[in-house]
Amino acid sequence: MKFVVAVKQVPDTAEVRIDHEKGTLIRDGVPSILNPFDTYALEEALRWRDSLGGTVTVITMGPPQAEAVLTEAISMGADEGILLTDRAFAGSDTRATSQAIAEAVRKVGAVDVVFCGKQAIDGDTAQTGPGVAASLDWPQVTFVGRVREMTEEHVICERYVENGVQVLDTRLPAVLTILKDANTPRVPSLRGKMKARTFKPVLWSAADLGLSPEETGLSGSPTRVVTTATPEARHGGEIHRGTPEELAVIMADLLLGKEARS
Amino acid sequence: MDYMLSDDLKAIRDICGEIAEKHIRPVRAALDEENRFPREIMDILARSDLFSIYIPEAYGGTGMGSLALCVATEELSRACGGVAVSYAANALGAMPILLFGSEDQKSKYLPPLAAGEKLCAFALTEPEAGSDAAGIKTRAVRDGDHYILNGTKQWITNGGEAQIYTVIAMSDPTRGARGASAFIVEEGTPGFSYGKKEDKMGIRASATRELVFEDCRVPAENLIAREGMGFMVAMKTLDNSRPGVAAQAVGIAQGALDEALAYASQRRQFGQRIDSFQGVQFMLADMATSIEAARALTYAVARMMDAGSPRFEKESAMAKVFASDVAMQVTTDAVQILGGYGYMKEYPVEKMMRDAKITQIYEGTNQIQRLVIAAALIRETAAGMR
Repeated sequence: MKFVVAVKQVPDTAEVRIDHEKGTLIRDGVPSILNPFDTYALEEALRWRDSLGGTVTVITMGPPQAEAVLTEAISMGADEGILLTDRAFAGSDTRATSQAIAEAVRKVGAVDVVFCGKQAIDGDTAQTGPGVAASLDWPQVTFVGRVREMTEEHVICERYVENGVQVLDTRLPAVLTILKDANTPRVPSLRGKMKARTFKPVLWSAADLGLSPEETGLSGSPTRVVTTATPEARHGGEIHRGTPEELAVIMADLLLGKEARS
Repeated sequence: MDYMLSDDLKAIRDICGEIAEKHIRPVRAALDEENRFPREIMDILARSDLFSIYIPEAYGGTGMGSLALCVATEELSRACGGVAVSYAANALGAMPILLFGSEDQKSKYLPPLAAGEKLCAFALTEPEAGSDAAGIKTRAVRDGDHYILNGTKQWITNGGEAQIYTVIAMSDPTRGARGASAFIVEEGTPGFSYGKKEDKMGIRASATRELVFEDCRVPAENLIAREGMGFMVAMKTLDNSRPGVAAQAVGIAQGALDEALAYASQRRQFGQRIDSFQGVQFMLADMATSIEAARALTYAVARMMDAGSPRFEKESAMAKVFASDVAMQVTTDAVQILGGYGYMKEYPVEKMMRDAKITQIYEGTNQIQRLVIAAALIRETAAGMR
């Protein structure tokens, strides 16, 4: 089977700060890493390839240095890597990014499953995976905590939602976004690292994907970030001590408001 | 110190470091406490191709050589000496086949070892034959196209966990050391069973067990080299594997120094960090210096072996004896720096001290190593080589 994993290079959030004036992330001097959620998507793809046969192609969009995340994926066992890189892509929002990735999946051809991480740790939108599915007009299963079963025709996923687990049987091709519950990503192998050392990604530009200037980058991106802000810190609770009787009075005061009792 | 490791060796070190961080450190105390073999970790090491490094490419390995094995063993030992020896003992077990095996034996047994699908163990020691390897009692009697093995091997690392065993037995007891032969015995061979499982002071994650042979019929084609070459096979195997024990010792010592440094920078007494006291600083400096010396010697011997040196028994013994003595000293000092906490199981240094002790004992005690070194010195002098 043919699997694609869409990955993103992100700043290590442990190190990132926000420029409040511009409403953007300050990326200078912050190390870049493979989006942690994408490692679960990659591991899931590698596992299904290992059991069903086939190939795993990793796709990312970004500047030339984003090649690093493809190299990392190769060292973990991915077969091929494609870097979508073009000045025209600069400023893409999730819609433009989704469309570019979807076009790349079309260009790869005969793909059975696209795996994405649940979300990226920089933007936290969780929109790109669903956006890829929408652009391809494929079914999507988001927040997949476990992939139970897969054949050439369908996939059965457990979707972890707030109030329980949905079990969905979906025909292929489809897009799945994977949660960290799904697996433990493997450590790179020696042969993988040796292969990664000589790895060169396939490079595709906007023109290679048949995308017009209006569909890419800033002009293809309807999203406008108006402002970003850090939410106010939540204050700690109150701790009251006393006999049960005293505490009952305090509780009643708090619940009803002092005036109500007096 | 920068040892100018190749990209491949750095990759091995990084992979082992990542496995140590994610999969060994979180469970090492439990493995130690429960005396539990780290099967899952062996599977992870296999998936990362780490069993391939000491096996030539022609037999499914990556053929990275002795230094690669040392780098891997050191990095794993830094986290847990017990896990590391469970890994490294495979190379020891495979060494007789690598060094003396026939083409058929290599093609049959090495590929599954390279893939980590099977584990391997070396069986020399017996209740009455430790350092005196020539005194082994296990008998091998030729019977048509088989040998019949009878006897007990003791303290076999990976015993009961491995599927392939290289066993030294006496095929002609009248000839002493020249009457020993080496055999490959597979798990499941009729007459081959496992005996007592040992409860050890340290390296408790590793399996140490008796092998029992009762009229065990081993195909004659499993004889390694020729009859009578068993002692030579065993000695050459140990010459080749000793740098691995040295690397294990270096790793254990480094792990203890890491802990001591971290603790000394946090712990405050008399209103200041204890690493601001010269008494502690001198200890840390001596620990680091002796570790670096042990590592340099170990890597130098491994590089000598990889470069194809025909004789390295003296140097390999020097690395083993020096590094293991360093490991014992450094782990003891690490416990001292951590003080009362160092003596408690909540901190890993008491385990490291227990783990370090075995490196002075197994694969030839340090007293035997000194005999090997002295014998080589005297021989070289007599031959006018010095």
